[in-house]
Amino acid sequence: MTKPELEWTWKELPIGTTMLEPGNSDQYRTGDWKTLKPVLNKELCIHCGLCYIFCPDMSYNLSEAGYFIVDLFYCKGCGICAKECPTGAITMVLEEEEK
Amino acid sequence: MGKRVGMEVSIAAAEAVKQANVDVISAYPITPQTHVVEHLSELVANGELDAEFFCVESEHSALSVCLGSSATGARSFTCTSSQGLALMSEITYIASALRLPIVMIIANRTLSAPINIWNDHSDVMSIRDCGWVQFFAENGQDVYDHVFIAYRLGEDRNVLLPVIINMDGFTLSHVIEPIELIDQEKIDQFLPPYKPVLSLHPDRPVTMGGIALPGIFTETKKAQEVAIRSSMPKILETWKAFGEMTGRYYHPIETYKAEDAETLLVTMGSFGETASAAVDKMREEGRSVGLMKIRLWRPFPFDAFKTASLNAKQLVVIDRAISVGACGPVASELKAALYEGHQRPSIYNFIAGLGGRDVAPSDFVKMVDKAEIEIEEGNKEGFEIYGVRE
Repeated sequence: MTKPELEWTWKELPIGTTMLEPGNSDQYRTGDWKTLKPVLNKELCIHCGLCYIFCPDMSYNLSEAGYFIVDLFYCKGCGICAKECPTGAITMVLEEEEK
Repeated sequence: MGKRVGMEVSIAAAEAVKQANVDVISAYPITPQTHVVEHLSELVANGELDAEFFCVESEHSALSVCLGSSATGARSFTCTSSQGLALMSEITYIASALRLPIVMIIANRTLSAPINIWNDHSDVMSIRDCGWVQFFAENGQDVYDHVFIAYRLGEDRNVLLPVIINMDGFTLSHVIEPIELIDQEKIDQFLPPYKPVLSLHPDRPVTMGGIALPGIFTETKKAQEVAIRSSMPKILETWKAFGEMTGRYYHPIETYKAEDAETLLVTMGSFGETASAAVDKMREEGRSVGLMKIRLWRPFPFDAFKTASLNAKQLVVIDRAISVGACGPVASELKAALYEGHQRPSIYNFIAGLGGRDVAPSDFVKMVDKAEIEIEEGNKEGFEIYGVRE
C-alpha cells in the first residue's frame, strides 16, 4: 500500500518517482485546500442529486438514508453544489466558523 | 583490433548507434546534426538497422517520443543542435527525473541571435542543469566510442540516467577522421540488451511522470541528485571496461604534459587537440605549460580536477560559451571547485571560438602570454573575450 506523502523518505521513492500502484490519488487529502465547506439542510433536500452530478471532484456519495453527503477529505470547497442546488439546501460556511 | 577507416565523424556516430542496436530513433533535422540522423534514416530504410525511425514535427516531440519509447524499455536515441536543443530543453529535465537512459548526441552549435549555424557550447550550457550525464568529445573516435559507453552506463541498474555526448558542430561533426571501428562481437559483449527495472507494460501498470506536491517534491530531487553523484564510480568502471576492450582509456579529466606545469590551459571538447599542439610548441621554447581537458562535465569531477590542478600556479580556462553578465561557465565551475583549497591557482578566463570562430594553436599561445602577464600584474581572476576587434 502506498502511504501519505509526508511519510516518504527520499531513499524509499521508486526510481524516477514512478507510481507503482495505479489509482493512488485517492490517498491525497485535497480537502484541506478549502476555506468554505458545504452544509446540507436535509429538510430542504429533494434528493435530486444535482450536487452529486456537478461536483468536479466527485466528493458526493449517496448515503443509505438517500441523501447525497459530501466527503470533506476531498471537497475543495468550490461551492458549485450550493450554486446548483435548486432548493437552496446547501450553504457554504467558513470552516473556521464551524469550529 | 577493429578496422581503421577514414570516415566523417557524423557517419561514424551513426554507425555506432547502429552497432549499439538501438530500437528507436526520433529526431528532427537541424544543422549541424543532420548527417547523423540522415545516415541513420538510411540505415533503417535499407534494413541494415532494425529500429523505428520517428520523423517528428519538432525537437520537443523528438525527445518526447524517446521518453515514451525508453519508458517501455526500448533503447532510444536522439540527436540535435542549438535551437533544436533549446526547444527540447523542457523534456531534457523530464528524461533525467524519470531516470530514462536515453542517449543524445549534441552537435554543438551556438544559439541565436544573430543566427549562426557554427560551433560553440552555448546550446548545451543552456541545459547545464538538466540532470543528464554529460561527456565532451575531443575527436571523432571519442564520439564513436562514447555511444557504447553512454548506453552501457546509462542503462546500468545502479545508474539509469540519460547521457549527452557533446560533439563540436562542424569542427568534429563534418570532418573526416581515422576511426577505429570495433567488431560487432565485442560490442555485443560490452553492451548487453537493456533490461529496465520499471517500464510501461499493460501487465503491470505504473504511472511515470505523475504530480508531486510540495510535501514530496524535495525528496524526489534529493533522490535524483544522489543518483547522478553516485554514477561517478560507474562512469569510471565503464571507461575501464571499455579501455580493457579497446586499449583506449578515458578519464574525467585528462592531462597533457601537465605534471610539472606552472601554467595549465583548460579546455573542453575539440579545443583539446589544438591546444595540445600549442603546448608542444611552448614546451619546445622551454615554457612550463601543460593542458587539462575536461571530458566529464556532469557529474562534475571535483576530485579529479583538484588533483590535476594541484601543482599549477595558474589556470588559463578557455570557455566556448559565455554566461552573459558573469563569465564562462567552465571557469565559474572551476573557481567554485577550488574555493575550499588552501593553495588556489589563479584563474584567467578567456571566451574563445564563439559562433565558429577558429582558434588556432597560435591563439592558445597568445592567450597564455596574455594571462601570464595579467596574472603577474595582479589581475588574478581576469576575464575577457578573446580576439575581439576593438
